[in-house]
Amino acid sequence: MTLLVGKQTRAIVQGITGNQGSFHTKLMRDYGTHIVAGVTPGKGGTSVQGVPVYDTVAAAMEKTDANASIIFVPAPFAKEAGMEAVDSGLNPVVIITEMIPARDSMVLMAYAKEHHATIVGPNTPGVITPGEAKLGIMPGDVFSPGGVGVASRSGTLTYEIAMYLTHAGIGQSTCLGIGGDPVTGLNFVDVLKMFRDDKSTNAVVLIGEIGGSAEEDAADFIEDTKYPKPVAAYVAGRAAPPGKRMGHAGAIITGTEGTADAKMKRFTEVGVRVAEVPSDLPRLLQQQKAALVQH
Amino acid sequence: MKLFEYESKSIAQNLGINTPKGGLASTADEARDIHKRIGGEVVIKAQVLVAGRGKAGGIKFGSKPDETRDRASEILAMTIKGEKVKKVLIEQKLAIKKEMFGSIVLDRVNRCQTVLASDQGGIDIEEVASKNPEKIFRQRLDPVFGMRGYDARQVASKLGYQGPKLNALTDLLSNLYRLSVIYDAELVESNPLVETADGKFVTADLRVIVDDNSLFRHPEFQERSKEASAEVTPLEAKARENGLAFVELDGDVGIMGNGAGLVMATLDMVNHYGGKPANFCDVGGGADADKVATALQIIQGSDKVRRIFINILAGITRCDEVAKGIVEVKKVVGLKKPLVVRMQGTNYEEGKRILNSIGITALERMDEAAQLLTSGKVA
Repeated sequence: MTLLVGKQTRAIVQGITGNQGSFHTKLMRDYGTHIVAGVTPGKGGTSVQGVPVYDTVAAAMEKTDANASIIFVPAPFAKEAGMEAVDSGLNPVVIITEMIPARDSMVLMAYAKEHHATIVGPNTPGVITPGEAKLGIMPGDVFSPGGVGVASRSGTLTYEIAMYLTHAGIGQSTCLGIGGDPVTGLNFVDVLKMFRDDKSTNAVVLIGEIGGSAEEDAADFIEDTKYPKPVAAYVAGRAAPPGKRMGHAGAIITGTEGTADAKMKRFTEVGVRVAEVPSDLPRLLQQQKAALVQH
Repeated sequence: MKLFEYESKSIAQNLGINTPKGGLASTADEARDIHKRIGGEVVIKAQVLVAGRGKAGGIKFGSKPDETRDRASEILAMTIKGEKVKKVLIEQKLAIKKEMFGSIVLDRVNRCQTVLASDQGGIDIEEVASKNPEKIFRQRLDPVFGMRGYDARQVASKLGYQGPKLNALTDLLSNLYRLSVIYDAELVESNPLVETADGKFVTADLRVIVDDNSLFRHPEFQERSKEASAEVTPLEAKARENGLAFVELDGDVGIMGNGAGLVMATLDMVNHYGGKPANFCDVGGGADADKVATALQIIQGSDKVRRIFINILAGITRCDEVAKGIVEVKKVVGLKKPLVVRMQGTNYEEGKRILNSIGITALERMDEAAQLLTSGKVA
């Protein structure tokens, strides 16, 4: 059993008939992900990339043995799409859609929690277990199987860093984006817990950015629990001026809060190796590995 | 989207929330007339979206209509933190018994709304938080059930009230919560929230920030959201009209990329190698050729930009579309500044081939590209 997605995953694509939905259905299948059905209301009975399309998740469940969902529907409909997936017992539910109203996400996350479902996103590149399966929009070829778990607040920066790791011969167990929207299903602490309990993960990379307190909370957790696996991190946005929102809803420095330097300092204090530039991460991980061997 | 104080208060009045009697003026004479109409002493408040107007002199008092006209004239001539004052709110000066702080804020960590309240009002709440953190009371609200009567009563009680006054404050808090729901507000904040000498609760100041992601279901803000915010430079406004996340910076390296995190890291990397970014520009996920072309034209159109760095790591975006956008700009207006392109990911081979056809060699690594850009070889 691998973390969140793997060979066992049989996914439904909600919003499969849209541009992105159909394009990435093809790429996910090319990567080896089992996509068993698509759902688009009003398009039941058709097919996309050879995948049968149903009008509702419930109808898809009658014909398939799906156990996960990936959502591409437009933001105004994303909350209900997520609830529909959770209601059918799909877990995890990966929400690619971005810019979902915060109130909708709040309600959806509370609903998912009550039903013990894990929501990845919204505004996430998704989850990949390299060599097995991906539920997401990441380019599969930059990832490689191995033992480093990667969690990120960003999409493309995750690919960037996975690529450096892969080039350096450092494979990844599972990589996921927690999502760039204001309210997300997972935070760094949730993911640190998952990686701690995951046998195939032996080290963790956190990719943070300015704004909010996700990195500080992760650092507190690492310190409080004497986190058993080595952690390395990069925090984007050192060059960002205060008061300017850098794309993501949360990526804004307010007052003295949320600066990259403060986050890097806090990480360093709790023993996390912090990279100055993303391309430095492989070296830090190799150093940590060497240090572990010497123990 | 931040609302002006007068907009926030107008919404609040419709929901039965007490606000001071007053009116909005664009000229000093209008300010005088409003004072005449409401009588007594008034406060004249600059209507700006930036915080800290009080310290900047944007709040003054008038005891007579002519004095109000003069003070309003002074405020209307002000620019506060780069924002030109266009309107002033003239309000009856309240007889204050107690100043408090009350807000309902989106709590990202707990994935809910949280009420923050304090009996220390009228001052910077961050100051209270650092000096007297025990003076701030927090009440999380269930995202599904919302603010229940007893949640609001608990807050009113913590602010030191009981009996009929507690009920009156509870009503006000419930209505502020209702406002946050109806208008999808990520922040509703009254500072100060005032108890007047005659025992009423009034929102002396009121700030509302509407969740940008909810604007599609708020036709009432459609026109308003198009208005260029004063905090936005003309270049930023133009870029944002075209759906780009764009922030202007002080340097001379124009930057475009896909994904907020990657663009931030690109700024960091350029900085690291001694360059100075001129902007942050995220074309977003799945940008097509037109969007890339628009972004490139906006960036190269800026006088301060001397070199441009396009950094694409394609997932949902496709490299061929990005390349087509660059070709389009070359055809239509020409490439006016030296350009370094880094490309990787989805449809990379096709993108590289298209760029080769117009004599641009796309690099594969971001650090390589950043070093080339800052090496002096690209001039």
